[in-house]
Amino acid sequence: MSEAGATQHRQLKISILRYNPQDPNSEPHMQTFPLEEADGMTLFIALNEIREKQDASLQFDFVCRAGICGSCGMLINGRPGLACRTLTMHLGEEITLAPLPVFELIGDLSVNTGKWMRAMSERLETWIHTNEAVDLRKMEERMEPQLAEEIYELDRCIECGCCVAACGTARMREDFVGAVGINKIARFKIDPRDKRTDEDFYELVGDDDGVFGCMSLLGCHDVCPKELPLQTQIAFVRRKMVRMGMK
Amino acid sequence: MNIIYTDVLVVGGGLAGLRAAIGARRRGFEAVILSLVPPKRSHSAAAQGGMQASLGNAIKGEGDNEDVHFEDTVRGSDWGADQQVVRMFVNTAPKAVRELAAWGVPWNRVQRGDREVVINGQRVTITEKDAAHGLITARDFGGTKKWRTCYTSDGTGHAMLFAMSDQAIANSIPVHERTEAIALIHDGGRCFGAIVRNLVSGELVAYLARATVIATGGFGRVYRVTTNAVINEGMGAAIALETGVAALGNMEAVQFHPTGIFPAGILVTEGCRGDGGLLLDGDRHRFMPDYEPEKKELASRDVVSRRMEQHIRAGKGAKGRFGEHVWLDITILGRAHVEKNLREVKDICNYFLGVDPAVDLVPVRPAQHYSMGGVRTNHTGQSQTLKGLFACGEAACWDMHGFNRLGGNSVAETVVAGMIVGEFVADFCASPESDITISTGLVREFWERENARIDALINSTGTEDANVIKMRMQDLMTSNVGIFRTGDALKAAVDELQELLIKSRNIGLRYKVKASNPELVTAYRVQKMLKLALCVAYGALQRTESRGAHFREDYPQRNDRDWLKRTLATWPGEMDTLPTLNYEDLDILNMELPPGWRGYGAKDYIDHPDTAARQAQIEEIKNSLATADRFAIQNALMRFEHLLPERFQGRNERLGEILS
Repeated sequence: MSEAGATQHRQLKISILRYNPQDPNSEPHMQTFPLEEADGMTLFIALNEIREKQDASLQFDFVCRAGICGSCGMLINGRPGLACRTLTMHLGEEITLAPLPVFELIGDLSVNTGKWMRAMSERLETWIHTNEAVDLRKMEERMEPQLAEEIYELDRCIECGCCVAACGTARMREDFVGAVGINKIARFKIDPRDKRTDEDFYELVGDDDGVFGCMSLLGCHDVCPKELPLQTQIAFVRRKMVRMGMK
Repeated sequence: MNIIYTDVLVVGGGLAGLRAAIGARRRGFEAVILSLVPPKRSHSAAAQGGMQASLGNAIKGEGDNEDVHFEDTVRGSDWGADQQVVRMFVNTAPKAVRELAAWGVPWNRVQRGDREVVINGQRVTITEKDAAHGLITARDFGGTKKWRTCYTSDGTGHAMLFAMSDQAIANSIPVHERTEAIALIHDGGRCFGAIVRNLVSGELVAYLARATVIATGGFGRVYRVTTNAVINEGMGAAIALETGVAALGNMEAVQFHPTGIFPAGILVTEGCRGDGGLLLDGDRHRFMPDYEPEKKELASRDVVSRRMEQHIRAGKGAKGRFGEHVWLDITILGRAHVEKNLREVKDICNYFLGVDPAVDLVPVRPAQHYSMGGVRTNHTGQSQTLKGLFACGEAACWDMHGFNRLGGNSVAETVVAGMIVGEFVADFCASPESDITISTGLVREFWERENARIDALINSTGTEDANVIKMRMQDLMTSNVGIFRTGDALKAAVDELQELLIKSRNIGLRYKVKASNPELVTAYRVQKMLKLALCVAYGALQRTESRGAHFREDYPQRNDRDWLKRTLATWPGEMDTLPTLNYEDLDILNMELPPGWRGYGAKDYIDHPDTAARQAQIEEIKNSLATADRFAIQNALMRFEHLLPERFQGRNERLGEILS
């Protein structure tokens, strides 16, 4: 925040792709809102101010407004990102906002990532698979500290949908699991508590809707707000699945 | 009118609600979860620092057990907690961590051998035991005698929520996303479900259930400066209050977290101080030891927040463009530690402040953080006045936090309460008591009443702006019902909140449609939020003492003689502008730990006449059992295990306490 910002604020022009599928008279169109910038203004603050003072019908999603819940993914000047932690000072005076592609549109900037992610979780069975019963009174199973950290590294995904929105394959293949899905497979594959074998994982992602659909454009890796090592994980899972497929 | 039938209707898809639903499902009952947002976006994800459970694996946690966790929690609560519930909690917390470990949470683990840590501003080397290698480790947190807070870096809530949510998916539990319960359906002291609004289509649907579970979290958004997510508007507690039958407990007990980044109020974890971070004033002086020589930066949150504000009032704050604050210094921890164990903190500082906490100081000031109050229930999670209505997690007051919650005890509570309440919900569903005896005619009346209310708002020619009312409420709560409270300021707040409530009945909308209408949502929610705000402000005005997070400058002493009681707020008349308050005594003669000094904070308090008598009894019991083990002594002081569901009874194994 520069000191100059305290006295002289920029006049922003925020253009938003508007469309409300609930309203039969609504047509997709761009609408531009003028807004005086404030110190430390984020897109969370800006959009709320527009809704409170200019257009009460504007739809968007925020929850934590701290960059950790993944609700507010949208196209910010064409690039997928989290709106809540995007400071307007890092953008030009003219800002364009659009909903994430691929996901079902709820209205304006709000998309149904929840439905998509649940379907992905159901399909890839993104939970620990084991038949071992756990006696909760007994001490926990041990795990190497380093391994726990490696699992956490992949567990940090917030399912915001930015990787899917940035994915060439996801635009062409409706059922592609995306980097988010492949990363989940990598996460459970390295977790010794999950007893699934490579064969089991092959059943889940060993096809063109899974890891072989990836064209290695790696837009996912570039836009991931959590900076997950998606490139490495996709390569890892693909390598394992190729080996599995050649058996 | 569409009706959806289920056994268990869970309102809220955070950790508590998910775990309760899983518990009921595993007992063979159908459960449906309602959630404002996809459940993995719930505010549980924002819990950063960790979850308290007395595993005692880390060397600085050695000797920890349920007894120590119990004492810390009761002292933290300033003796406002229900001690039997605290016992149920501390006995189940290790089981909860272990269950989550089995479900895939990548808890950080003990690494054998030497490691360097920062304690009291000094770098020291500690040596972890060989025998503990690979077990779940813990970090230090405020108000605790041992390092007890289990964690995954500083994304603990996230890792827990994802594992839990995926378990719900594994158990095929449907989550109806983007739906909101706007009224409970009840008759004759029995709750039968809720009228639910689809936030996208605007459609109202009646959900009928044997048991209804409120798990909607806190109501921090009645304040302007809060760490809470924007969805934390307390709607679950509000619809319970609006029945006129269910009561809310201790609503004036509101926690302010010491380290909200200034001015945005976004949380940075207590783990910053737990791991050795310091608080510095405008002169870069470490001021906490001057006030709190025993626990310093790691006194309980209510105490640290008050000391920070006190220091700023004394003119010692740092002055910035947005006002005064103090500094959080975690540079002493080193870059490697910050980037590994405090990475969310690093991201937050980077994105919202443009600072790098590995080298820069972080501006912080206390911000509203947690609602100790909520739907009053017994130890099973069931409302004492509205059968079939359950509550768990932050939305509930069962009451394990009393007037101040310890850091790390809230995510722990969400899961523990979900486990315990889920079992009692299943017991209830298995009994004939849970039969759904309400007529569809009466259900229709509830549906039509809510539908008419929405129509009235949309068609209203009123002149009041919902957003303006909401912002004024938030300002009032932050300025008059905050960390330091006085009778005059509270009275002014109560008066104006009542005016706002009356004004809120005359809201007019600019955007007059039923579907996908954020302004409509603000309008009906602010009417409910004002009632919660009034419960907080009016309860605070009436409570002429200071206890935990409730601090009255005009009554600075804790007063056990007159105020060792729980506030119960109800809202019997729809057009009332104030809650009706009643009080429930806490019985010292049944306490395992009678009131005393907390070990930090103020030392002067007004004793209750029973305290000395109970203390003497306890001495006598302890003397008579001098050779008995800790379990026998505990059992003689205050029985609790029979209160737990059978599934969660039993001791917890530790390195020093191996179970056969």
